[in-house]
Amino acid sequence: MNKSGKISAAILILISLFSIFAPFISPYNPEMIDLDNLKKPPDADHLLGTDNKGRDILSRILYGGRISISVAVASALLSIGIGLIIGICSGYFGGRIDTAIMAFVDLILSFPALLLAIGISVILPPGIYTVMIAIAAVGWASFARVIRGYILTIKEALFIDAAKAIGCNEIRILFRYLMPQCIPLILVMTGMKLGGYILTEASLSFLGLGAQPPTATWGSMISANRTYFSSAPWMVIFPGLMITITALCVNILGDSLRDKYGLKIKR
Amino acid sequence: MVKRGISAIKIYLIKKLLLFIPILSGVTLMTFTLVKALPGDPVLSMVGERAQPEIIQKFRKEIGTDKNTLSQYFGYIKLLIKGEFGRSYYTNRKVFDDLLLKFPNTLKLALMAMIIATPIGLLLGFISAYKKDTFIDRFISAGAVTGLSMPVFWSGLLIMLFFSLKLKMFPPSGSGSIRFLILPAVTLSLPAIATLARITRTIIIEIFDMPFITAVRVKGIAEHRINFIHVFKNALIPIVTVIGLDFGSYLNGAVLTETIFGWDGIGRFMMEGIIKRDYPVIMGCVITGTVVFVFINLLVDIIYHYLDPRVRLK
Repeated sequence: MNKSGKISAAILILISLFSIFAPFISPYNPEMIDLDNLKKPPDADHLLGTDNKGRDILSRILYGGRISISVAVASALLSIGIGLIIGICSGYFGGRIDTAIMAFVDLILSFPALLLAIGISVILPPGIYTVMIAIAAVGWASFARVIRGYILTIKEALFIDAAKAIGCNEIRILFRYLMPQCIPLILVMTGMKLGGYILTEASLSFLGLGAQPPTATWGSMISANRTYFSSAPWMVIFPGLMITITALCVNILGDSLRDKYGLKIKR
Repeated sequence: MVKRGISAIKIYLIKKLLLFIPILSGVTLMTFTLVKALPGDPVLSMVGERAQPEIIQKFRKEIGTDKNTLSQYFGYIKLLIKGEFGRSYYTNRKVFDDLLLKFPNTLKLALMAMIIATPIGLLLGFISAYKKDTFIDRFISAGAVTGLSMPVFWSGLLIMLFFSLKLKMFPPSGSGSIRFLILPAVTLSLPAIATLARITRTIIIEIFDMPFITAVRVKGIAEHRINFIHVFKNALIPIVTVIGLDFGSYLNGAVLTETIFGWDGIGRFMMEGIIKRDYPVIMGCVITGTVVFVFINLLVDIIYHYLDPRVRLK
């Protein structure tokens, strides 16, 4: 992995640690309203300032990160899980099942992703699980397509013939022999897609379809605070900066993973 | 030969048009589920509690609330085809009329963003490819990744803060003349510039490595001629496709950008609908957005074919 990839990975680990240990390191309760300190610019007491209810921005960003990051990661895991199983089966069995599944994948991919996610989030009650489902409902399709393509190239390999020759059943071939081969591919794909999931999560939260107030997420902080943007820009700048830094590090890491494994995948 | 070519396009077109059916069924099924899932009378939730009794009766008859779910769904589709998207809960205006009113604004915004993004993105991509692995290339590539990682609703606010609140060059929000259009269009173009620059770079570098470039070089053709004629011409086709396909994502991003800048298009209409839980409005926007998106993709596919006859439509 190149240098920028390593630095990004380090920053991501740091951000994750900060979010995981938010209850121990955050200076204030993120939901504590403090009417003496409304819209305070960043200073020694409140490193990133306070919002219109006097809540500490830094604490809210730390807690918000827990939700923003875990929703994006959970969406990715859900997409990988569905995409992997469907992609492997489609590629390995081929024939009509394959044709049908790939037609369905094409169908999903021809939807405008954000609109589809909005549609799903509106049907289901707003909250973090809805966001996960909305992202994964679109996300699995690109995983399935890439994994299926890869399985097509390796299923004729000698080690698969060997596995068949020693009498492995199909379940064993699928999960014991083919699936581990997909790991680098999945790693690279995840690196390429996760940044987008972070942005989608932020967008849905911004639209009010994610975690509901008073719970903070990075996206919902921007949406709630943008009314005060001209008088108290720090209320919006810092949460957005966190989204950008996180998505940026994921994207750079994704690019360097792709270069490392020499895989060509379009974003 | 010619005849076969035309019929191949026709078959392809028909195939693509057939794809419309499952896509539209998918979207309408989603919105129909929403109508059904809402508490209370589905017809009332579609036309609004404040609708006149005769309209409620008309919808009730069209949808057929007494019949089973499947025929209700077909009734719903029939209404949609007639342009009956229901009425807004709040303004009691026909959603379809509002959509017709606001769609040109969104189109204007998307086109403007495209006009800004295309030359800049292409230029940056070309420079990056020609100066591969130099400082300039790294700088542009880093900028492009950053552009991809910024949420538009945030970069839009920053642009607004700087250009309209600090420098007072443009009005912060509203819609109308071109002065209102510039800032949202610039915001919307940022991720597009980033995508275009990255893809152009990749395509040009790939063409550099192709044998035919070596061949023209061996023939002794001047370097600038190689760059402008051979590389550029071959890069153009895939790039045009990318620009076209990206147009759909402009429409996507418009939801967020229009909201920030108060541009009176479909995106803001939808956002207001979401905030107020104005379901007919949300459904109308989702359906319209999907139809436009799919239609544009189809158009790009066809243009692609005419630009490059080598492409086999499948």
